[in-house]
Amino acid sequence: MTMPTGQQPPLTLDTFLQGIWRDNPVLVLMLGMCPTMAVTNSVQNSLAMGLATTFVLIGSNALVSLLRKLVPGAVRIATYIVIIAAFTTVVDYAIQGVSLALYNALGAFISLIVVNCIILGRAEAYASKRPVLHTVVNAAGMGIGFTLGLVMLGSVREILGSGSFLGVALFGADFQPWVIMVLPPGGFFVLGAWLLLFSWLRRRKPKSSALSVAVRSHGL
Amino acid sequence: MNTGATVPPAVSSRRLVATLGLTALISGVLIVSAYEITQPRIEENKRLALEQAVYQVLPAATTRHSFVVTPAGLIPTDSPTPDGPAVHAGYDPAGRLVGIAAEASARGYQDIIRLLYAYSPECECITAISVLRNNDTPGIGDKITKDPEFRANFKALAARLNPERTALAHAIVTVKHGKKTEAWQIDAISGATISSRAVGKALNDSAQLLVPKVQAQLVVLEQKPREGK
Repeated sequence: MTMPTGQQPPLTLDTFLQGIWRDNPVLVLMLGMCPTMAVTNSVQNSLAMGLATTFVLIGSNALVSLLRKLVPGAVRIATYIVIIAAFTTVVDYAIQGVSLALYNALGAFISLIVVNCIILGRAEAYASKRPVLHTVVNAAGMGIGFTLGLVMLGSVREILGSGSFLGVALFGADFQPWVIMVLPPGGFFVLGAWLLLFSWLRRRKPKSSALSVAVRSHGL
Repeated sequence: MNTGATVPPAVSSRRLVATLGLTALISGVLIVSAYEITQPRIEENKRLALEQAVYQVLPAATTRHSFVVTPAGLIPTDSPTPDGPAVHAGYDPAGRLVGIAAEASARGYQDIIRLLYAYSPECECITAISVLRNNDTPGIGDKITKDPEFRANFKALAARLNPERTALAHAIVTVKHGKKTEAWQIDAISGATISSRAVGKALNDSAQLLVPKVQAQLVVLEQKPREGK
């Protein structure tokens, strides 16, 4: 989309931190809930999914930003999807090359990165209007924020649901795992608990986050 | 998210086509290079995974050799097989055939369950299984991979041929938990009936097809190919 690109806000730390704290995709924006619920039944899966999404996010948004002056508005979504699909395919091959077990565990969710709303959302709301450097920094932040969100869910679910962390058993053989935590309802429980905790944290310290409130008021 | 309040100016369709074409070209180049770079690694990973699974179900084997099952008989092969199902013969250090491993698959609760099973021509039974791919419910359906009671079904699961040697004398079936009475029955995991049944169906489908052929061509399999690795 050809947008006026005269005045660009400077590259600040907030460009990077936006996705990690203020607009965390999982905990604040509530985007990408499908992989968030589906693959966070173990830390390893969460980490792999987060990193794969981060790669696609950075790569595709950088390309979208590079082509932003060429792509007419009428075909922008189609263009974004083609670009995102290309990077997703690259990730799909890369994961198969790294570990087939991981590939099998992540199943269809690797291909579904194509329709992850974080990536398309960033492409439309950010990359299509900003220079490449801003885009890459912002996408990296968003990706790290997404990965953190997934790993937070995955750790709780794996510890409670399988009694292990990164596959290492934490409790003795007598531990009866809380199986519901690795099943879909567990995903909702844990996400709800994290959201509760974070909204409480935000309310509790309004002074220290005055800066982020100020930034938010003239944000996107 | 920005909704594009301004109406975009009309753009010639040539420009639209050119943009999409350029994007597709860039994407195509990306995908092809990724494929070229990762393909050897992926092939190697698949081979290693298969190798590991074969030795897991045939613990006595130290070398293996693969054959393709074709209408004409068993043909030794080294590469993945487009022409038919593959069987992997395992040999002990003395070069004697200890068993045959083959892949089987059936629809589980969520997705196709793929497994590798070992068949011993000597006892005419299935001696082990290893689940290669299983996306069934964690904590329930995935017990087929670990549950010791369920695994005990496959220490000597009968897969005897009928007198005409065309199919199994008794189809391999999964029965309800605790109802196993015959050697060709699989005792299901209580609570994971669908996944247990899928294992039974996969084994039955594959064994009905492969066991008659393997038994008919046992001579070919027993001679360990010289270069066999």
